[in-house]
Amino acid sequence: MTTASATPPAPAEWTLPSRGRVGMACLILTESAFFAIFIAAHLFYIGKSLNPPYARDVLELPVLNTICLLSSSITITLALRALRRGAVGTFSWLWLATILLGLEFLIGTGLEWYGLIYRDGLTIDTNLLGTTFYSLVGFHAAHVTLGLLMLSGTLLFVVLGWAGERDVERIDVLSWYWHFVDAIWVVVLTVVYVIV
Amino acid sequence: MTAIDGSVLPAEAAARTSFWIRAHEWATTVDHKRLGLLYISSGLVFFLIAGLEASAIRAQLAFANNDLIGPNTFNRLMTVHGTTMVFFVGMPIFFGFGNYLIPLMIGARDLAFPRLNAFGYWLFLFGGLLFYFSWIGGDGLYGTGTAPDVGWFAYSPLTSPAFSPGNSTDYWILGIMVAGFGSTATALNFVATILCMRCPGMTLGKMPLFVWMMLVNGFLVLVALTPLTAAQVMLLFDRFLDSHFFDTQAGGSAVLWQHFFWVFGHPEVYILILPAFAVASEVTPVFSRKPIFGYEIMVAATTGIGFISLGVWAHHMFTVGLSGPVNTFFTASTMAIAVPTGIKIFNWLGTMWGGRIRLRMPMLWVCAFLFEFVIAGLTGVMLAVVPFDWQLSDSYFVVAHFHFVLIGGLLYNIFAGIYYWFPKATGKMLSERLGRWHFWVFVAGFNVTFGTMHFQGLLGMPRRIYTYDPGRGWDLLNLITSLGVILQAIGILFFLVNVLWSLRRGEDAGQDPWDAWTLEWSTTSPPPAYNFEKIPVVQSRRPLWDLKHPNDPDWRYE
Repeated sequence: MTTASATPPAPAEWTLPSRGRVGMACLILTESAFFAIFIAAHLFYIGKSLNPPYARDVLELPVLNTICLLSSSITITLALRALRRGAVGTFSWLWLATILLGLEFLIGTGLEWYGLIYRDGLTIDTNLLGTTFYSLVGFHAAHVTLGLLMLSGTLLFVVLGWAGERDVERIDVLSWYWHFVDAIWVVVLTVVYVIV
Repeated sequence: MTAIDGSVLPAEAAARTSFWIRAHEWATTVDHKRLGLLYISSGLVFFLIAGLEASAIRAQLAFANNDLIGPNTFNRLMTVHGTTMVFFVGMPIFFGFGNYLIPLMIGARDLAFPRLNAFGYWLFLFGGLLFYFSWIGGDGLYGTGTAPDVGWFAYSPLTSPAFSPGNSTDYWILGIMVAGFGSTATALNFVATILCMRCPGMTLGKMPLFVWMMLVNGFLVLVALTPLTAAQVMLLFDRFLDSHFFDTQAGGSAVLWQHFFWVFGHPEVYILILPAFAVASEVTPVFSRKPIFGYEIMVAATTGIGFISLGVWAHHMFTVGLSGPVNTFFTASTMAIAVPTGIKIFNWLGTMWGGRIRLRMPMLWVCAFLFEFVIAGLTGVMLAVVPFDWQLSDSYFVVAHFHFVLIGGLLYNIFAGIYYWFPKATGKMLSERLGRWHFWVFVAGFNVTFGTMHFQGLLGMPRRIYTYDPGRGWDLLNLITSLGVILQAIGILFFLVNVLWSLRRGEDAGQDPWDAWTLEWSTTSPPPAYNFEKIPVVQSRRPLWDLKHPNDPDWRYE
């Protein structure tokens, strides 16, 4: 037998995407499909409620909430930038700011719902607006809540020293989830409050 | 056997472990191979149950005005049969194949998230058990309990509290929803594994086609399954919180449910059939002794099917009276999806063309699949034509069509896959002799049952009726249809006997019984827990060919 032919050069560098990032991207994809159905239902039923209250009479653009939630995307980015530098203190403050901004959003939503229920008499079984509004906005708020729990857990771990600079990649993956929650809010805001 | 120093060797210790220790090992396992086998075996158990349900349905329909089963029980059997076959048989068995094979084929030691994988399996299993608990739950053991009776697509407004009181519909919602979370987790795992765990040299263009198709399948599950979850959440809200998503009294729309269900439901068909294509794409080249014909085109066709399948759903709804342009669009898209599917058929034929075909059991099933699936495809294209669909929608013609897809397409490839990879998973060959009995009896029975069914459909017999008057021209056809079930059952019996017999007495398989080319055959049968002692390095699409033929490796030509 002649000498075995030369093997082709083995790949000099073999890099693959991080599984955490790909996993999170998949989660975001599947969650987007979930929200798409609620958004489709809301759009389909705009103006089809048979009885009041109607959207244009009771819904107000949640300006402060939106500003808070969208700014939290900035603070979380700055926080991660600080962590990459190794500035754990700065990271913790910016991370706390992110949590507080998210918390403000939840409180704002709670107050809005309180007004809708007790002032305007809109509940999930009142009419189609109530049905689609509370489920869509409610599912978004549930995602904010879940995000806040994870953000708070991270802060706790960092403050206690159980996690830190070496976990920056993982914490970055978590920040993708938070950005996703923000991005969904932009869509929800548009279909629920802007297109009335 | 003991080692020289008197200690028990690990193999000996393993053989002595008690039943409970082994049960505990299997219950807590995160190994992709064990979870794969758990998926496949639980899927097969559900398959037997759903098969018995179908047999009861056919027994009832064998004669006109039969009263073997009352209408209520019939509705429950029909609903549970359909739901089980789709969610607790088709999906889990192919998830099992994916679980077992993806890491082995891409040269990895496990999936990207092994614990998530176990979580997905147990969610699927308990989703199925919750669903089946409906037979005894609720009203207690009154024979039929509160099993769901709203059909597998649970059309609104039948599912509203007014028409479906009690909890039967809730079992349908929650059983599927729980299993759906598991499926989503597993799909995420597959995608992450395929993108992030490939061994050095295995670029996307060098992956086995099985892996490619499971990748597209994973994406489809991710985008198609949560819409069903969302729609089911809406239904739960309607049922428990008095919301009005599908409540026509309050301006809601029952058609919206149909849209939401089929937005999931049609991609689901491709979620089921893509893994079947994946099996055919591995078996065909190995048993034709040729590399797959048109690898790149196969990948393109798979991706094409993935995308187009998201835009064909309303062909399930032609009879509800959508507007002309909508009907036209969905007819066109449905016909368009036949193109990449046809490309695949021709590629498999092209692979066989000029090859040295070995008609062993896996190849036999794939050949039969090609015949049955072409028939399924042709009736599918016929039903895509709106006037034809108006005539035959909700008739037995449709039932015949989708059973040709799901049995002739899906189940045949499940069998092909089991005959092909059983030696890898167990180290034993399945008996070829019993296999042939299984094959011919089952294929004959299948065609007697479902080939005949087309004609009742053309003669106007509607689906989902629990009985019919004599003298409509359906009597003999229905009897033949039901008699075919007996043949199918005998075929399945041969299969079960084959599996049990071969597990104990089967020929030893060795590492590579089929002289195959993908990486799973480069390790022992069954593979060790760590799969590969050394992570392989890959240079071509047929790494094992390269190893066996160092003088004529594939990478020179790719």
